[in-house]
Amino acid sequence: MSMDNTLGGDGFLTTKLDALVNWGRSNALWPMPMGLACCAIEMMAFAGPKYDAARFGSEVMRFSPRQSDVMIVAGWCTYKMSHAIRRVWDQMPDPKWCIAMGACASTGGMHRCYGVVQGVDNFLPVDVYISGCPPRPESLLNALMQIQEKIRNEHTLKLDA
Amino acid sequence: MAKESVLAVSKDVQSKFTDAVLGTAEHAGDHILIVHRDYVHDVLKFLKEEHHFIYLADIVAADRFTEDDRFEVIYNLMSLRDQHRIFVKTRVPEDNPVVPTATDIWKGANWNEREAYDMFGITFQGHPDPRRIFMPEDFKYHPLRKEFPLIGVPGSLELPNTNPDAE
Ligand code: SF4
Repeated sequence: MSMDNTLGGDGFLTTKLDALVNWGRSNALWPMPMGLACCAIEMMAFAGPKYDAARFGSEVMRFSPRQSDVMIVAGWCTYKMSHAIRRVWDQMPDPKWCIAMGACASTGGMHRCYGVVQGVDNFLPVDVYISGCPPRPESLLNALMQIQEKIRNEHTLKLDA
Repeated sequence: MAKESVLAVSKDVQSKFTDAVLGTAEHAGDHILIVHRDYVHDVLKFLKEEHHFIYLADIVAADRFTEDDRFEVIYNLMSLRDQHRIFVKTRVPEDNPVVPTATDIWKGANWNEREAYDMFGITFQGHPDPRRIFMPEDFKYHPLRKEFPLIGVPGSLELPNTNPDAE
């Protein structure tokens, strides 16, 4: 279909700026893979060809926090590691989102011991928690779609008072 | 039953160091020598130099939670030439948990001994780098001791600052 037809022959369309920005943001969520343990293997499957996160615009795992929008914390996190994770998170540009993947990242899971932070929400603002040990890649896709849903329902533009 | 060749090694150690060997044991086909702490360095050196135990597979520690000789350090030695394995154990009391280092015999003992120090507070005399290996350096406890609570001591490990812009 040619551009002329989509746009009704006039070469333009009208929309809300909010909707346009949200459409762009929600379909280009570049993940920051924070693969800490076994869950990271499922996170790789999520990006791979079978589950194909590219369908949702999330195929580019960025290993630089400055180029990513959503941090996927996949695995249990020790107190020592938490400082590094928070540092990476602070380097990600706003707006940013966070997924706590699996029982361990959400609550500490079965690692109820002295070295493991009992849930990454102790030091990160988590948007979506995923249950499971490990969660299937579909669950991660679902979490991604929930974040897209969240973005589409927020007002990105604010008038300065 | 342990291999004949290991039993011969054990006999040789016992005849060379009559006071050192406090006992022997067998478990799951392995031979264990229980050695007094004052002689453990000599015994280990002897095993490496005379019996070709050039491979130190592991050093582990254990908390037996007993009144005397509470901690135990276990050396897992292998001879690749003779294809056998021997365990050397030594026990130390709670109030003076000091063992001579094995880093001058096997360089690889370095990190194993740091781990035993980190987890149990056993000091290895003469260790070139006696720092903690897993826990943060300012941590005050030794987490694998039996009296240490499973979930840790609240507040003993720091979480990152979640408000980086605040002064
Ligand atoms: S939730 Fe399960 S699979 Fe995921 S990091 Fe924890 S133990 Fe591993």
